[in-house]
Amino acid sequence: MTVVIDRATGKRRGDRAPRPGPLQRMKRSYQKYWYAYAMTAPVVVVLGVLVLYPLLRGIYLTFTDATSLNSARTIGVNHIDATYEFIGLDNYADILWGPTAYDRFWSHFIWTIVWTALCVLLHYVIGLGLALLLNQKLKGRTFYRLILVLPWAVPTFVTVFGWRFMLADGGIINSMLDAVHLPSPLWLEDTFWQRTAAIMVNTWCGVPFMMVSLLGGLQSIDPVLYEAAEMDGANAWQRFRNVTLPGLQSVSSTVVLLGVIWTFNQFAIIFLLFGDTAPDAQILVTWAYYLGFGQQPRDYAQSAAYGVLLLSILIVFTSVYRRWLARNEQQLAI
Amino acid sequence: MSTTTVKTPPPVDGAPAGTAPAGKGPRRGERSRAGALTSHGILSVASLIALFPIAWLIYLSLGPDKDDYLHPGGILGKMTFDNYTFVLQHTPFFDWLWSTLVVSLGTTVIGVLVAATTGYAVSRMRFPGYKKFMWVLLVTQMFPVAVLMVPMYEILSELQLIDNYFGLILVYCSTAVPYCAWLLKGYFDTIPFEIDEAGRVDGLSPFGTFARLILPLAKPGLAVAAFYSFITAFGEVAFASTFMLSDTKYTFAVGLQSFVSEHDAQRNLMAATAVLVAIPVSAFFYLVQKNLVTGLTAGGTKG
Repeated sequence: MTVVIDRATGKRRGDRAPRPGPLQRMKRSYQKYWYAYAMTAPVVVVLGVLVLYPLLRGIYLTFTDATSLNSARTIGVNHIDATYEFIGLDNYADILWGPTAYDRFWSHFIWTIVWTALCVLLHYVIGLGLALLLNQKLKGRTFYRLILVLPWAVPTFVTVFGWRFMLADGGIINSMLDAVHLPSPLWLEDTFWQRTAAIMVNTWCGVPFMMVSLLGGLQSIDPVLYEAAEMDGANAWQRFRNVTLPGLQSVSSTVVLLGVIWTFNQFAIIFLLFGDTAPDAQILVTWAYYLGFGQQPRDYAQSAAYGVLLLSILIVFTSVYRRWLARNEQQLAI
Repeated sequence: MSTTTVKTPPPVDGAPAGTAPAGKGPRRGERSRAGALTSHGILSVASLIALFPIAWLIYLSLGPDKDDYLHPGGILGKMTFDNYTFVLQHTPFFDWLWSTLVVSLGTTVIGVLVAATTGYAVSRMRFPGYKKFMWVLLVTQMFPVAVLMVPMYEILSELQLIDNYFGLILVYCSTAVPYCAWLLKGYFDTIPFEIDEAGRVDGLSPFGTFARLILPLAKPGLAVAAFYSFITAFGEVAFASTFMLSDTKYTFAVGLQSFVSEHDAQRNLMAATAVLVAIPVSAFFYLVQKNLVTGLTAGGTKG
């Protein structure tokens, strides 16, 4: 990939004259790349205004004791100025090791990790299995594929309500479990079953994306490789292990990363499935939302601090993941 | 170009899957009946699981009473479209439709317009700061809703943009723009660089190359980016639930929740609305899904 790109710009690393002074370099780089900068400018501006500024402001808020009671607000015609104060790192200290920090942060943290790991694993394994099945010569392949992407085609907020009807006490799932004399758990009330239900629904929603991406990856594997493997006497498992999996590496590492990020940040499913009724089944994202907007008074500062913590976790994870990939000489498809 | 669409049969004739035993002979594509049967079995079960919750929702939406979901057998005898007529006539359904369309289309247009040139620049040029820029694009995709929600709420209230379509569009653009740039970069990567070179040799400026050669070729990619922004904005729950206050400005994602309150749970109406919302979106999804698959995996399969 890099080779092609180098050809487009004629630039290659380690192929330069001795470095000129910084001003000169800036000028040269400007002359050479001004159109690249001009083309990226719109996104840079938008990101600066819509992401960077709010982010900085959010980070500032985490150092204050802002709640909905002391923030600037307008009641009728009266404008009340903000009265919150700078309190340093107190919010973070309180979240991480304040009294009852386990119940407020660490229990949600552990559950979020479990949730992310289990969901992504299930997405990937089921998605890969279905993709492999669909990548055969099979009658009705297109038909199966069309049905299997259905959970992706229908908006999540719609399907979650469908699941809510099914999981409700007395809903179809418990009726069916009753009919075959299995215990019918309280899916929407009991913490353990709430968590199970959430993972179930998220798996159902997330598999089609993995399936479709991996199917695309499978189809881009050169058939000659399979022929060669067959000639060498590789059996089905060996071909899967030594041709299919390496061929999928680039797609896999990308979709797994995306899957982790999306699942970690998955808001809609848990929020819509339980509302405010399941404090223990909330992952960190929905919990932060609850602190900031689901309760009275709204605790803006703590909610923002949760947000910053979440983002840090994700950034650390992604850096480690990319470094790990680099060490294994893989590359993300970006 | 790695733009193989899924409908065309895959180049792989033999069975790569572990499920189908290998025919060792020279005739590829021949496999044991049992293998095919197992595949059909698994795929049928999976299809059933994929289909059932949606089919069930449609079925429940036909029951006239709000507690019918507890006695699904009873619906058979009294199926009616009353829920649908009620939703269309006596709820703010069309207000919600309008808000949803305004917000989603606004996000889509801004997202694609702003991101297009950037996607091209990062696909073709390795300018200083390129790596950092790609990293920033990646990081912005990871923003949990919780990070920007509080400060955005503050800023938008200062600007009087709470409960305002434009405010919500701005919020959505914070994710749609980097995402589109990312997606478009993947698509531009699949367009051969020779085309650019030919354009440059013929005396086009980089902008000319982009506008007159690449952009027309990238229509499927643009469609995918547009569709993605649309779907994301359409289905977003957290910001819409918090920033839209008056019930005529709700998007569908918020409006649907309003059927179930502490006092009353009009589940039958909710189911009917859900079906009404799902049908056009899903239909649209199926129309563009061929391109969708191509666009999504374009970046991934390039490797």
